[in-house]
Amino acid sequence: MLSFIARRVLQAFVVMAVVSLVSFSLFNFVGDPVNNMVGQEASREDRLQIREELGLNDPIVIQFARFLGNAVQGEFGLSYRIRRPVSELIAERIPATLELVFVSALVALGLGIPFGVYTGIKRGTFASSTVLTVSLVGVSLPTFIIGIGLIYLFAVYLGWLPSSGRRGVEEIGWWRTSFLSIDGWRSIILPALTLSLFQVTMILRLVRAEMLEVMRTDYIKFARARGLSEQKINYGVALRNTLVPVITIVGLNVGGLIAFSVITETVFQWPGTGLMFIQAVDFVDIPIMAAYLCFVALIFVLINLVVDILYFVIDPRLRLSGGR
Amino acid sequence: MSLLDIKNLQVDFPTRRGVFTAVREVTLSVEPGEILGCVGESGAGKSTIGNAVIGLLEPPGRMAEGEIDLRGERIDNLPYEAVRRIRGRKIGMIFQDPLTSLNPLQTIERQLVETITTHLPMSEAEARQKSIDLLDRVGIPDPEIRIQQYPHQFSGGMRQRVVIALALCADPEVIIADEPTTALDVSIQAQILDLVRELCRERQVGMIIITHDMGVIADITDRVAVMYRGKVVETGPTAKILGDPDHPYTKSLISAVPRPDVRLKRFPLVEYIESAGDARKALDISTHWLGQARDFSKMDGPLIRLKDLNMRFVTKNAILPKNRVYLDAVKDVSFDIEQGEVFGLVGESGSGKSTVARMIAGLYKPTGGAIHFAGGELTAIASEREKDIYRRQMQMIFQDPYSSLNPRMRVLDIVAEPIRFHGLAEDKAHTEEIVLDLLEHVGLGAAAAIKYPHEFSGGQRQRISIARALATRPRFLICDEPTSALDVSIQAQILNLLKDLQEELGLTMLFISHDLPVIRQMCDRVGVMRNGMLCEIAETEDLFENPQHPYSQHLLELMPRLEVLSQEGLEVEADHPTGAA
Repeated sequence: MLSFIARRVLQAFVVMAVVSLVSFSLFNFVGDPVNNMVGQEASREDRLQIREELGLNDPIVIQFARFLGNAVQGEFGLSYRIRRPVSELIAERIPATLELVFVSALVALGLGIPFGVYTGIKRGTFASSTVLTVSLVGVSLPTFIIGIGLIYLFAVYLGWLPSSGRRGVEEIGWWRTSFLSIDGWRSIILPALTLSLFQVTMILRLVRAEMLEVMRTDYIKFARARGLSEQKINYGVALRNTLVPVITIVGLNVGGLIAFSVITETVFQWPGTGLMFIQAVDFVDIPIMAAYLCFVALIFVLINLVVDILYFVIDPRLRLSGGR
Repeated sequence: MSLLDIKNLQVDFPTRRGVFTAVREVTLSVEPGEILGCVGESGAGKSTIGNAVIGLLEPPGRMAEGEIDLRGERIDNLPYEAVRRIRGRKIGMIFQDPLTSLNPLQTIERQLVETITTHLPMSEAEARQKSIDLLDRVGIPDPEIRIQQYPHQFSGGMRQRVVIALALCADPEVIIADEPTTALDVSIQAQILDLVRELCRERQVGMIIITHDMGVIADITDRVAVMYRGKVVETGPTAKILGDPDHPYTKSLISAVPRPDVRLKRFPLVEYIESAGDARKALDISTHWLGQARDFSKMDGPLIRLKDLNMRFVTKNAILPKNRVYLDAVKDVSFDIEQGEVFGLVGESGSGKSTVARMIAGLYKPTGGAIHFAGGELTAIASEREKDIYRRQMQMIFQDPYSSLNPRMRVLDIVAEPIRFHGLAEDKAHTEEIVLDLLEHVGLGAAAAIKYPHEFSGGQRQRISIARALATRPRFLICDEPTSALDVSIQAQILNLLKDLQEELGLTMLFISHDLPVIRQMCDRVGVMRNGMLCEIAETEDLFENPQHPYSQHLLELMPRLEVLSQEGLEVEADHPTGAA
């Protein structure tokens, strides 16, 4: 198992190296960095001097090595637009996104798994067909429509929840959380719900399909014939056997949520990394884009690593064969 | 009052096309320490009885009539929770496939302890001790260590022992065993049956064994119930039913069982079986298409000659050759098959017999040795076109008739495919004519051509496979367990068909089976394989009467003795007189 994890970590490094090469090349190919930094009236000499100072005249390999060295320390330079270190900007924004994704993942798992199990066991009943039909709404409507609909219903019409923004934020060290106040929770509900709807449906349907598969197996029949309780069979035996494909998909999706919750964050004006990225694209703010690229890749790599390790925890057969 | 009484049981499956009655008017009883066999062919309803007793009928099935009593108390009308408490506690169940019966994600210990504590007032520690004792009793070495392992760390036979331990762990009074040894090799089967019999006597458990295998019935049951189309047609002591059956179905079923002790000319035609006795057109090779244009070059000597054949699979790959792990599936196998001969290969699973067949057919490329066929060395030919010439003369019939036919093609196209591929017919009409004719010869009738495979039963599908194999006008047929997925009466029909075709066409055959009685009926000479090596080659009758190699002797000893079976209506082959007739 250790050698397996070591191998995956090595692969992770390769992925990160490739991604950083891509994000490094952004600086060189998306416009001239000096032009982006100085005004129209800067003289040719000034430009050349800045070039020299920034090390842009060094060979490309050395530039890349320098970029890598800085990136490993979390240093991505200054934002062109805001003139502040990119690492600082991301650190400011990241708690908002992570908290949003965390809540929506909880909602997705909390609804998706039980309903998936239920519809998998009680197939063909009225209740489970209703659940399945309603869940279709989650995938068939685009996120922004759902978001706007929820805002209209809960914020405008009923007036129960705030329509946008992140309120009631308190600071614990550099982490700015909205979990500690009622206002914070009230403001996170709508975006989290919007973000999770698609995930709920997907997890529900995946768990259901896997449950149907597992319930047909001999070991379920044998468990029944031994008189184990339904509770134990459904949740102890069956659900665990469905988990490997489910965590694979959930893992990939949580990564996707963190990286691309752009639309939801825009609709709700949620001050997370997605919103920051969209603004960076608008202003061709390359340091932010490059940093964001590396950051997203890192998230995916880490999540995949966790998922791989979870396989081992769940399925003993993999432990024996060394993950092949 | 018996231990278990099944009275006038009827089980219905409501479907869209009306109610299907799987089992009707079944009355059976089991005494403590008794083993009742329930025998019948697929679809006879024998498994349904077991499921009804334990309250696990597949929905929408339901008990429409009758009652089931355990020690005089009715159990079939109890509420769900009460039935659940009976399962495992009073009535245990053993299933067919030990590889899939156990939860792969839990240790043996968890599964045993969970079952025991569900039913018996025991602490975890006590339940664990009981589990270890039980594993020891069912013959698992080092139970303290092995109890902590997962199912995949056990072999098939060991897993079935674990399954038996699980079925017994809450001390049930009745055990229902649904085909408990069908998925196991002969030697494992014998061990498991011994174990089951001992446990039954020792614990005074009443047992119902559901099986299609007359060998199992003859081996361990005290009484037998014969099922046919949902009804019990005959019940009685095992010796009486097998030796002197009254009901015509029982008679025909018994006459279809391949005998280990005599070689029959052919299986007597068995009525009571689907489409039995249908008009199959006999073939005259001198006038028939199959004979006319065979264009084989005449040759002397054996048709097939294998020399030091080797097959090595890489089971674990690595960059450095010394770290790779290999499996030698076939080691230095050499034998000849004469023209017109039926050569049998017999052995347990993993012995390499199918691998040999696949190498001859060109599905695997041997890692060493040579295959000579019809005068050419197959292993030395590089060009595909040249190989096609030999491929045409050689065809294969596979074990599983369900997965060996393309479900999206009509039978016409399935059979015509090899004709088109090898360009054997003049035009479309001619192709069609040949296909329809072939279908007649395998006993399906021309009407089958426009249907799809799913419209046929297993035996009929195997006939389609045979027609497809004949379509290239082969001289050599490889049959890889062609009947092991079939019921015994269907098996008898297919074996008859293969015998007829072999005689009429003068085919040479390689016949692979794990089933010694079948081998005796079909083959002229036999090779016994074990762990990839050939132990012994002998004339079939010599092998059965006087095996030389210790392993052959061992295999023959394990073969179920079926002397009790009635010999009524059997024609023993005259050329091979034996003492048993």
